[in-house]
Amino acid sequence: MARIIGGVTSSHIPAVGNAIANGQTQEPYWKRFFDGYEPAKTWLREKHPDLAIVVYNDHGLNFFLDKVPTFALGCADVYHNDDEGWALAPVAPFKGDAQFSWHIAESLVEQDFDICTCQEMKVDHGFVNPLRALYGTCDPWPVTTIPLAVNTVQHPVPSARRCYRLGHALRRAVESYPDDLEVVVFGTGGLSHQLQGERAGLIDVEFDLQCMDKIANDPEWMTQFSNSEIMRRTGTEGIETIMWLVMRGALQSNVKLVHKHYHAPISNTGAGVLVLENYE
Amino acid sequence: MTWTKHDYDDIPGTYVFDGKQAHGAYPLNKLLFSFNCEGNRRDFERDAAAYCDRYGVAGRYKELVLTKDFLGMLRAGANIYYLAKMAIPRGTSVQDAGAAFQGISTEEFQAKLLAKGAGLKERLAKRGGYWNG
Repeated sequence: MARIIGGVTSSHIPAVGNAIANGQTQEPYWKRFFDGYEPAKTWLREKHPDLAIVVYNDHGLNFFLDKVPTFALGCADVYHNDDEGWALAPVAPFKGDAQFSWHIAESLVEQDFDICTCQEMKVDHGFVNPLRALYGTCDPWPVTTIPLAVNTVQHPVPSARRCYRLGHALRRAVESYPDDLEVVVFGTGGLSHQLQGERAGLIDVEFDLQCMDKIANDPEWMTQFSNSEIMRRTGTEGIETIMWLVMRGALQSNVKLVHKHYHAPISNTGAGVLVLENYE
Repeated sequence: MTWTKHDYDDIPGTYVFDGKQAHGAYPLNKLLFSFNCEGNRRDFERDAAAYCDRYGVAGRYKELVLTKDFLGMLRAGANIYYLAKMAIPRGTSVQDAGAAFQGISTEEFQAKLLAKGAGLKERLAKRGGYWNG
């Protein structure tokens, strides 16, 4: 039977990809940000999960605004990265597991999450950069992946509560799969940031730290907020933090906190790494 | 026909990308999305006005594109991630754009960001439980 061993959160800012590609990770600006990933990398090396479900949002590579699914699941054997116009060199393709994806899709729909299934799905920096930060840039990648895209770009976007409940359904979907697979769930994006408008540059360290503590220990707390309240506090792009709740919902209610790292500012954001482990 | 009001409409200096924004600026965002392809970026560089015509970007939208008015495009409904596809390959970073939105220099914008992290290590140490380098 497949089981979720834990969850990891990571920012997915584009500059991370270039900092790695240009060998800048030990430069003063980046050092603390990247050093804080080391315990997460060690945990992944030791646990060596077979498969990572990566919860991210597409920023206009796979999806254009003609069709914007609220939740979309990759159901392919391979996922390609590509030119997204952001001066990031594409990385090697990612191996998928179509049979497992379709099982998850069937289970989610059965649980009233009417997810969009994608047999072709280009993955952008939102998916790629957390993997680069957590594994380094690899070819081939050391983990099989399933992309789970959440619309955080064009409102209406799903609520924090809905994302948390999707996580619950995801857990049931994984645990009802017969193969012996160890699965990790990555919640990407966030924390507070706003790229647009005269309010660009907003970072709310206090709220970010509260989010990290609560998502680890009391995730229901986050579900009390409307998206308007979250954006008012964390910025329009800070809304990505709702994706952490998909990851958190997929874990046990009480988890072991393995690692907690926060850095701000990096690029325009507050960035958080959580490693949460399910008890056996 | 009325656009529904939202409780995010009054967040200052903020243009939440919703149906109202996306609807009016659909051709503009389609043009910006096309910059995922290197060939399209080159075509735009060669003749921006003709490129707008190809995507049905006209009137005030076209003027905003031709004058590279990022704040104007944002207010008119350009999505920030799509806008970045025009800005970044032209050497305008997201921080340059943020500075332009506020009418300050990039250095000033970066200094404001760095100030947000002041005393972070002490703050985390006090809070406890965080990796702290």
